[in-house]
Amino acid sequence: MSLKNKLHEFKEKNKGKKWLPLFSGFHTFLYTPNETTHNGSHIRGADDLKRTMNTVIMALIPCLIFGMFNAGYQHYLALGEIKHTANGFFNPEFWTTNNFIIGFWKILPLVIVSYVVGLGVEFLFAIKNGHEIEEGYLVTGMLVPLIVPIDLPLWMLTIAVIFGVVIGKEVFGGTGMNILNPALTIRAFLFFAYPTWMSGDKVWVQGAKADGFSGETILGTLAQGKEVANSVLDTFYGFISGSVGETSTLLIILAGLFLIFTKIGSWRIMLSAIIGALIMGYIFNMIAPSMEGTKFYGLMATTSWHHLLLGGFAFGVVFMATDPVTATQTNKGKWIYGFLIGFLSIAIRVFNPAYPEGVMLAILLMNVFAPTIDHYIVQGNIKQRLKRLKTKTT
Amino acid sequence: MALLNKKDAALIKDPLFDNNPITIQVLGICSALAITAQLEASIVMTFSVIFVLGVGNVVISLMRNIIPSKIRIIVQLIVVATLVIIVDLVLKAFAYELSKTLSVFIGLIITNCIIMGRFEAFALANGPWRSFLDGIGNALGYGVILIIVGFFRELLGTGDLLGLGQKLLGHPLLGNPIPGELSGLYKYGYENNGFMLLAPMALIVLGIVIWVQRSRNTSLIESH
Repeated sequence: MSLKNKLHEFKEKNKGKKWLPLFSGFHTFLYTPNETTHNGSHIRGADDLKRTMNTVIMALIPCLIFGMFNAGYQHYLALGEIKHTANGFFNPEFWTTNNFIIGFWKILPLVIVSYVVGLGVEFLFAIKNGHEIEEGYLVTGMLVPLIVPIDLPLWMLTIAVIFGVVIGKEVFGGTGMNILNPALTIRAFLFFAYPTWMSGDKVWVQGAKADGFSGETILGTLAQGKEVANSVLDTFYGFISGSVGETSTLLIILAGLFLIFTKIGSWRIMLSAIIGALIMGYIFNMIAPSMEGTKFYGLMATTSWHHLLLGGFAFGVVFMATDPVTATQTNKGKWIYGFLIGFLSIAIRVFNPAYPEGVMLAILLMNVFAPTIDHYIVQGNIKQRLKRLKTKTT
Repeated sequence: MALLNKKDAALIKDPLFDNNPITIQVLGICSALAITAQLEASIVMTFSVIFVLGVGNVVISLMRNIIPSKIRIIVQLIVVATLVIIVDLVLKAFAYELSKTLSVFIGLIITNCIIMGRFEAFALANGPWRSFLDGIGNALGYGVILIIVGFFRELLGTGDLLGLGQKLLGHPLLGNPIPGELSGLYKYGYENNGFMLLAPMALIVLGIVIWVQRSRNTSLIESH
């Protein structure tokens, strides 16, 4: 008997047991369950939730690996063991085993904690409520380690993940019912609960807090009105300090194209967010000369397109804003939603010097408004069609 | 012989649990969010509301037959305002520091929906003794929630409780009693959760209290 049949038989035998959802959670990773629908639609697409999630994870893997190399690179750079070299993306100083090992040992625990804790909570709720395990955490679990500073203590991550999954998702009824993006809820919790570990110049480079050297992000430097040492190409390739996996705009663009090509991510949201950010950045560029000397000048004078390469903007727009659960559902709504995310990200970034990254707050805010946007677009459509009906009948 | 007969005891007991003014009737949320960052403030607020609601209910109940119904709201407001001013002055005289932390929120007891709600719903229709019990019961129900929320917020937000032993979670009994160094849980890398001190977290803690209460007693869950 093949393994597939054995597993199915095992499932039949243990029907009704409390822990069965746990088993089927792993089981459906390997095989499609050999059940047919009992009622309703009988045609099913192959791209179920699990496949959707796996596609996003595939898009995230390059960012994760780049993050590992970058962690080591930033560490040695801050220690002065690497002289700054920006000779293109395949720079041999960057892709060294030494760099990778540091990042690997720092980032792997983050990934493991994120998955073990998050899936643990999901399993608990699935067993308690007696439903199948939902795959919603697969992507969140990979996003979370990529959007936190590398030195974040693991117990903080544990608490934040429990908070994010329970309060951000399970209280609303689990995957597909949540209002806020769980990964961003986790990050927002960390940011407000432990600000000394989530902002400032001591957290972005591995070992900075312990060894006392500074590893300011580019946005932080700009917010203080100082000159940035890194070239524009550096910020594009991602050889800069920042959260684990969000620095490389190049890889994120590739991942974004991959998501658009596989029709997992919405190109409308991505494009409109970029347009929104450019417009806001352009407005700031226009009024920047009159603001010279104020604390907003540094970020206001940053060229609008350069804003796109800095901070977590690209990562947020490609992976977080396009989350199909929390984004708007209508096509027109997606344009509005994306545009406002880009627009607000840059506005928050410039006007909030204590926190020089706005994309997290912008996306969370728009998550809250997404259902309202959809509601008015649907109502508008209904009204239009009613009008058409009336003119036809008269 | 029991001190209270069954019907009277229910007046105290119901608002404590199954008909709690905060978690079931969802009244008085504003002050629950504002002053629960400290346990001490929560406790003082509880006693203030017990006094105002207990005495106020009796006063309204005594006057219930002579208040013209057209101006009853104004009469009620005057009664609350008088009592609140008494509380405010007493606090200013005997606990000045505390009255500064509570700032306007003692004055805002006047606008606490629980108080006007009890006057309208109970004291206007019942005798003074029963009104008194009802007032005490509702104020206690309000206070219990305040104290639970305040306990978790202060403990997790500052690591301290009522100023006990400098820092409760950093107490030397919990480990590393070397002076001048981090002691207690802080030695192991624990840090206070700053989010707990912000108002959103009060709402979330309150939500968790409601969640626990309703999952223990499923008859409280509204059907819709």
